[in-house]
Amino acid sequence: MPMSYYLILSAAMFAIGVLGVILRRNPLVVFMSLELMFNAANLLFVAFSAYHQILDGDLFVFFVMTTAAAEVAVGLALMVAIFRAKHTIDLDEMNMLKG
Amino acid sequence: MDIGVLLVYGILGLTVIVSAIGLIVSRNALYSALFLVVNFVAVGLLYLALGAPFIAFAQVTVYAGSIMVLFIFVIMLLGAENLPLTEPLRGQRALGILLVMIFLAEIVLYYLLRTTPLQAIPLTPQSLASPAEIGMILFNRYLLPFEVTAFILLGATVGAIVLSKHEGPTRPKPGIQKPETPVEG
Repeated sequence: MPMSYYLILSAAMFAIGVLGVILRRNPLVVFMSLELMFNAANLLFVAFSAYHQILDGDLFVFFVMTTAAAEVAVGLALMVAIFRAKHTIDLDEMNMLKG
Repeated sequence: MDIGVLLVYGILGLTVIVSAIGLIVSRNALYSALFLVVNFVAVGLLYLALGAPFIAFAQVTVYAGSIMVLFIFVIMLLGAENLPLTEPLRGQRALGILLVMIFLAEIVLYYLLRTTPLQAIPLTPQSLASPAEIGMILFNRYLLPFEVTAFILLGATVGAIVLSKHEGPTRPKPGIQKPETPVEG
């Protein structure tokens, strides 16, 4: 398969992820859009790794995955804490520095 | 190229794009999560096609498995499936779409203006991305990043526990806690 297939797919995925982060106000959906962007980057890592026939890109995907897992765990815990304090998780309601 | 191969790649790419769009347009966050699972599995199949089976399975087990379980658990815990879809800032949606269009145009321009032409991806030999080979490189050349990742995960675990620990006025002090009464029956 030509390289441009993966480039186009990854660019489209990343753009859709950016759109989700900009437009949605449900923080859970924003997090999922972030995962989508991580995934777009991962796809390019693996594609270029296969393109150059070296494994370093593949290994970077593992580090991205673990970092994404850590980010999701902390982010969701933050969301639970915010929900306890404000009883909503609408992003537009989070406009005060003091809880 | 073979028509069957084109068909498979076309369907896979279409699945990836359609599930990504479904993620950001569906009103219910639970449906978004399920669309994301479809997206992860489709991308995992693309990894498999790129000759990286180990990453494909890690993708399905870690991303589509555990991370999505975490997401769905929190969605159900908070009851945050449906938030009102009204637009608080006028023209926010149009502006957002415009900015993303500019971003896409930049990517396309970068692609068109590149200096080195791209060839087709060569077929990966089976031995290149085998789990054994990945393990060799991971524990030799990338040992330090591997250990640093362990610390990141430890920090995230401790942080998640501290953040989600319930600290309110309703919590009984440890000193005056009543002894547990045995449950009859």
